[in-house]
Amino acid sequence: MTGWKKLNDMTYLGKSYTRVDGPDKVTGRAKYTYDLKFPGMLYGRILRSPHPHAKIISIDASRVVNMPGVKAVLTDIKDEVFFVGDDVAAVAAETEEIANEALLRFKVEYQVLPFTVREEQAMLDDAPKVFSNRDNNIGSTQDRTEGDVEKGFQEADVVVEQTYHINVQVHNPLEVHGCIVKWQDDELYMWDSTQAVHGERSAMARHFKIPENKVHVISHHMGGGFGSKLGMKSFHIICANLAKKAAVPVKLMLDREEQFLAVGNRPSSIQKIKIGAKKDGTLTAFQLDSFGTAGIGGGAGVPQPYIYQFPNYKVNHKDVFINAGAGAPMRAPGHPQANFAMESIMDELAEKLGMDPLELRIKNDPNKTRQQEYLIGAKQFGWDKRLKSGSQKGKIVKGMGLGSGRWSGGGNRETKANVNIYPDGAVDVKIGTQDIGTGARTIVAAVVAEELELDLKDVLPLIGKSDYPWAPASGGSTTTPSISPTVKLAAEKAKNSLIVRVADEWKVTPDQVIYSKKTFTSKDGAQSLSWQEACELLRAPISEMEKWNEGLSDSGTAGCQFVEVEVDKETGHVKVTRMIGVHDCGLVVNMLTTKNQIQGGMIGEIGYVTMENRLLDADTGIMPNADMENYKIPGALEMPDFNITMFDESERGVIGVGEPPAIPGVGAIANAIANAIGAHFYETPITPDKVLMAIQGKEGKS
Amino acid sequence: MGDSNQKSGMSRRNFIKGLGGGIAGATAIAAKTGKAAQEGPHGAMVVGAGPVKISLLINSKKHELTVDPRTTLLDALRNDLDYTGTKRVCNKGQCGACTVILNGKTILACSMLALDADGASVETIEGLAQGNKLHPLQEAFVKHDAMQCGFCTPGFIMSCVSLLRENNQPTLDEIKNGVAGNLCRCGTYPNIFKAVEDAATTIKKGG
Repeated sequence: MTGWKKLNDMTYLGKSYTRVDGPDKVTGRAKYTYDLKFPGMLYGRILRSPHPHAKIISIDASRVVNMPGVKAVLTDIKDEVFFVGDDVAAVAAETEEIANEALLRFKVEYQVLPFTVREEQAMLDDAPKVFSNRDNNIGSTQDRTEGDVEKGFQEADVVVEQTYHINVQVHNPLEVHGCIVKWQDDELYMWDSTQAVHGERSAMARHFKIPENKVHVISHHMGGGFGSKLGMKSFHIICANLAKKAAVPVKLMLDREEQFLAVGNRPSSIQKIKIGAKKDGTLTAFQLDSFGTAGIGGGAGVPQPYIYQFPNYKVNHKDVFINAGAGAPMRAPGHPQANFAMESIMDELAEKLGMDPLELRIKNDPNKTRQQEYLIGAKQFGWDKRLKSGSQKGKIVKGMGLGSGRWSGGGNRETKANVNIYPDGAVDVKIGTQDIGTGARTIVAAVVAEELELDLKDVLPLIGKSDYPWAPASGGSTTTPSISPTVKLAAEKAKNSLIVRVADEWKVTPDQVIYSKKTFTSKDGAQSLSWQEACELLRAPISEMEKWNEGLSDSGTAGCQFVEVEVDKETGHVKVTRMIGVHDCGLVVNMLTTKNQIQGGMIGEIGYVTMENRLLDADTGIMPNADMENYKIPGALEMPDFNITMFDESERGVIGVGEPPAIPGVGAIANAIANAIGAHFYETPITPDKVLMAIQGKEGKS
Repeated sequence: MGDSNQKSGMSRRNFIKGLGGGIAGATAIAAKTGKAAQEGPHGAMVVGAGPVKISLLINSKKHELTVDPRTTLLDALRNDLDYTGTKRVCNKGQCGACTVILNGKTILACSMLALDADGASVETIEGLAQGNKLHPLQEAFVKHDAMQCGFCTPGFIMSCVSLLRENNQPTLDEIKNGVAGNLCRCGTYPNIFKAVEDAATTIKKGG
């Protein structure tokens, strides 16, 4: 095994090149799960609960089963529903129109049960219980301690104590969740908009008690997931059961409203924080009491104390159940919530200490990479021009803020890839990863092209099938560090096999054959073959499989972002005007797609902090804004200017970068708004009403 | 006051005419389905739910098809035909992913009945490239990586085609306004802006 070539010696890695499926995506040729149809295929729909908590007493489907065009009906899905939008029944029909009409004809008798959709209320002793078999609504808890927190606060000259309320965000991939299931004898084929073809295969096999090698999951193109498509969900099972019953393929795509209710969200987080520091800014203690909800699911914990070094800390967390759809991992689970609270309280501490916020961070951040990134970012951004908070007069005021992030990621050692070289010179690579929009298909081809010294167009990347060698789910920034080393090693092995074949032909030992730039030459210079000629020596294709190995990838990223905003003090409107990101991910496999992905993460932060909010009505449990107009995500008019710098650590090998850019700007945006108006924020999203209240509150105090 | 009423584009006379159009439309549907409009349970006029024959000129190719009267133009394109480049994302006119050009104007195909597009000329993403030669906007979207998952891409490109037809040298603000009705969740907007600027230059040069 050889390592990566030097950065300057590489044709593709570390450089920018356009994605191989770009032309398919811009012409409409790229077929997503949503776009596929099969002969005789039916359309499935799920009847969803209008109640946040109820027992299903009976389902009368008599007016559904006799409907012309209806081919399969499921009424035995469950007997209790736990949130508005939970599965009740399902139907498959010849057209979507018929399936939709069929949903109106079910007659369901419910026994409505008490419910709760407020995490504060859910924690009370007399709160309605989400799950009747549990003593209360508290899920998993965390208790972490280091040092002596009481002593830490005694040593502090300044103590700040605040509580932060962070709202629920919904993933909203543009292609909604959905799949097509086709049973062929006892084998299951599933075309799925998924982040994990292999994970779905295992889960479906387990659920239906069939061998894993009789389940085939396919995802050629998929329209985004952001963590919400990492595993099997109830609609997959429903679709497969409908298809089994109807004995024809069934396509079940959720609609946008179902996406908001039933397939995942980023959990809320309420964090009561106490932080202490000495006069010179040295942090002494951190205490957190937090809770949050992932609906009927879990995972609302936060990785506090985030980023900065506290010799003494105490963390206490509770997951709280409410009657809402289960949470799902979303781009850097837990980190944006931790970042918002930590960066907010750090700025408030800096203000009390009379210290520059950047100086306070540099003083307490143990990460060497980020120490350098702060300086690069601050210089590019013009941090020295930051004005004292709330010092500007007039209607429009500007503000600046900064924030930091970290993520681990790293490669999965079980990853496998197969590289084939054919007698006609063709090359392909098979790996059961999937491209969720990050450009995975392109880097798979580029890494092989780099190793075999071929052009990108000469390598066919075959991904998105569970029948291909195992690769992990596309999540947690693990994809690139898993697949790049594996594919490189398989390509290297295939290249060596071809060298052996050429050596045989020349009756020399393989070490006498030199390969460079599509040409094989003997060390003595007497013999030479082109790539094409060498491949023609093969009687059968070379097919080499390799497994991931150490040494070509790493885990752990830093990263920081600087944000400038303009706030209209009369309307409370916030405009993010500039965002600067300084990030690292080791050896950048494709500079073009990497910077695009980072920029995308930063745009997501604008939505999270200033717009997006999953509302739940306390009286009915209904989400009143379950559409793309009332739940607002960032659009073209909200775009600031971006500047992204990749901090070069290419010697570390490949590291993922999906999560890191979705973190630092969260607190940075909040702090920039606070800097503009001179008042801090304790609740997200920071919408105009909250900005106006903060301004009023400040004026009320003065 | 009189002036502002005129500008609103909806005078009382036009409003009444609009209602008339609804009745005329029902009659037209009845003619197509061969079923007479009849009084529904709440007094509204209901036309039989039978299939309706329509014709669409899609990317200069004529298609005759029979659609359920409830079928939107989007679903007719995607399900009844196979123009799946036009995407369904919100299905209620909030995201722009189903943008197509109908008789020269961009519309949201999810918000129009296929029946109402009968006889119309529809341009979709599939009709932009000339054989293997991509449209300058398609070229520029690839070059500037103005996509990630690509699900919003066709809708964006169709909005941009229309924008550049109306204004071949748009400023950055005009580009932002031109795609303000299209949403991208991966966050590729800045690359889209660059692609449109680049394509505008190419088109101006005659590329």
